[in-house]
Amino acid sequence: MDFKVLKSFSYQLGKIIKGYNNRSLYINLNDYSIGEKEVTEMMKDKFIGGKGFGLWYLWNAVTPETKWNDPENEIVIATGPIGGITQYPGSGKSLVVTISPLTGIPIDSNVGGFFGPYLKFAGFDALEIQGKSKEDIVIFIDGDNGKVEIMDIDTESIDSHLIAHALTDMFAKNEEDKKNISVVSAGNGAENTLFGLLNFSFYDMRRKTVRLKQAGRGGIGTVFRDKKIKALVVKFSNTRGDLNCPHDIELIKKTGIKLHKEIRDLDDKQNQMRKVGTAHLIEIMNEYDLLPVHNFKFGAHPDTKNITSKVFKERYFTQNMPDGCWYGCSMSCAKAVDGFELKTGPYKGQRVTVDGPEYETAAGVGANLGIFNPDFIVEANFYLDTYGIDSISFGTATAFVMECYENGIINKDITGGLELNFGNEKAAMELLHQMARGEGFGKIVGLGIKRMKDIFVREYGADREFLNDIGMEQKGLEYSEYVTKESLAQQGGYGFTNKGPQHDEAWLIFMDMVNNQIPTFEDKAEALHYYPMFRTWFGLNGLCKLPWNDIVPADNDMTDNPAKVPEHVQNYVDLFYAVTGKKIDAEELIRQSERVYNFQRVFNIRMGHGKREDDKVPYRSVGPVTEEEYLSRQERYDNQLKEILNYDIEGKSIAERMKVLREYRESQYEKLTDAVYTRRGWTLDGIPTLKKLKELGMDLPEVVEVVKKHLG
Amino acid sequence: MITVNGREFPYEEGLTVANLLQKKGYTFKMITVKINGNVIKKDEYETTLIRDGDNVQVLHHVAGG
Repeated sequence: MDFKVLKSFSYQLGKIIKGYNNRSLYINLNDYSIGEKEVTEMMKDKFIGGKGFGLWYLWNAVTPETKWNDPENEIVIATGPIGGITQYPGSGKSLVVTISPLTGIPIDSNVGGFFGPYLKFAGFDALEIQGKSKEDIVIFIDGDNGKVEIMDIDTESIDSHLIAHALTDMFAKNEEDKKNISVVSAGNGAENTLFGLLNFSFYDMRRKTVRLKQAGRGGIGTVFRDKKIKALVVKFSNTRGDLNCPHDIELIKKTGIKLHKEIRDLDDKQNQMRKVGTAHLIEIMNEYDLLPVHNFKFGAHPDTKNITSKVFKERYFTQNMPDGCWYGCSMSCAKAVDGFELKTGPYKGQRVTVDGPEYETAAGVGANLGIFNPDFIVEANFYLDTYGIDSISFGTATAFVMECYENGIINKDITGGLELNFGNEKAAMELLHQMARGEGFGKIVGLGIKRMKDIFVREYGADREFLNDIGMEQKGLEYSEYVTKESLAQQGGYGFTNKGPQHDEAWLIFMDMVNNQIPTFEDKAEALHYYPMFRTWFGLNGLCKLPWNDIVPADNDMTDNPAKVPEHVQNYVDLFYAVTGKKIDAEELIRQSERVYNFQRVFNIRMGHGKREDDKVPYRSVGPVTEEEYLSRQERYDNQLKEILNYDIEGKSIAERMKVLREYRESQYEKLTDAVYTRRGWTLDGIPTLKKLKELGMDLPEVVEVVKKHLG
Repeated sequence: MITVNGREFPYEEGLTVANLLQKKGYTFKMITVKINGNVIKKDEYETTLIRDGDNVQVLHHVAGG
């Protein structure tokens, strides 16, 4: 490939000490300046690493007026102090932070692939990219020779399956060397929608192909292309298990061996992550009435039998391949479909390897669109990834327009001839290709639900209230794929998130709806304190959540609190000490997260969002919006009216019953909001109090300045 | 009448843990079953009888997500 080096920067290779390089890499694309920044003790103490570092750098880069496409917006990529160890499953994650095009506030996304660990081994705890280039560029970080280059490389395409392969080939000396390369790329869809994603690659030596893992949520890929970045490439050739120079490697090994054994002995009896990955959730969610069907109207569908994990395992996923997205991950959930022949689009007829589908993709582009064809799901999965489009936002936004279409809010004239009924897979696929081309109605859907609601009201006279009820977005981000109507706690699990309704903060549906373990508002608030804080910690340290509770010890049932998986919590406490040499306990682990969590909340407030008003949720996530929905679960709703509210349904119309149910459910959400804010140490308007910030040691002057303006 | 996860459920003569899980549609594998606070091992679901008035807990543990 033709290339030209536009800027070159040399640096001294260093040594990681107890999980940190103590420096990061800063690149400004306005003028192609490249430099190093010190990672201070304050950063390590208060922000730990990963998304903590990302949020801190981003805070210092932007102003309250900064928009996603302003040059000062940054993309920050960092693993964390534990990131890059090879002895404990799920330890190779990268955290990506930017101001989101969808929400206008920070988004963070947790992704596999080799980039984060290789960046760290190359000498940097974080990569901070600011500014906007005038021409398309590739950034190459050569961790073998201590060199960073900004390059103009003539690539065939920016679609990820092509550019990731091309750059891996270009920067590797030979086949063996390809494992030492990781590429971050987006695609044509990221350029033409607001929910573009980033693909992080790793080279699969057995398949002899590049695999892609996705930093999916919030449009980070869109920011990437707006900065005119085609790709980031990192090279590091001497990966070993001790490169973090940890404080106590024997403790890491001991902890890792314990978990490897659990996975080996128990995974087949538990979730079968090694065989089907997260796809095992498809049938479970359907059986518990939690799988989104037809824009979250329903929680199950008889045709789900066509897209269960059994179908994917028997007909699609290649079995008996080690499928970890970082070295040493014996959980190996990164499933792939090999030799899949594409039937549509620009790559029609080609045979490709498809990463996934994960549960979210199968639920989002399958059940939620009323499409129960596994071929369609795999094909859509491929194109979403290579185009750089978030499958969750695509699925939820397309489900929204399908419901609008079926309600006559939009029609064929508006959609350019696409008959967007639920179940129309041809129309859904064409919409996806339009997004990549930046054409037609796909261009509109690619703006996301929040902006579409404005357009449909303004241009087509749609009823704003109805769109607010059925549009499954909050803070501007599309919901991920779980039906929450019967779980108040999970309504909050989505509603009170910092970045918008993504399930990685809390997934409480079983604990709440099925187990009935957290019946009071205080119980729910405690869960909505503990779990979001606990799960935040993975993102500070470069870890994956799955080995925490998708495998549990054989005697986990006998512990005081099986849902927390106490033995695994202790593993994380031990790992943090073993890498950094800093003694923590399970309480300090939560406080580490609380510091960053509250900082992110204040960051949102600084950007003009993040208060109580912003934590309101669409009624579709709370209860039945339409009579069709009510009637589909009439016995359930009627019983609740009788038993909980003592409401006599005799002689009452469905509309009257729905009104009473709605008033009740919405009032419950308000009460939950009060309880959660109180537990978290926030005012009833959702603002962290000075007392709370002081307790956490997060009363930094710039943080206090923001909060004071809102405390009155 | 028995109690399942804090909610009343009709008792039937000869009801086993396995029958109860089937009736409730509890197909998820990551569960702990307790009867009156005592954990029932998975290989005893078929044979363990539930008595009238028992307090049964079927705790589903969070996974995926």
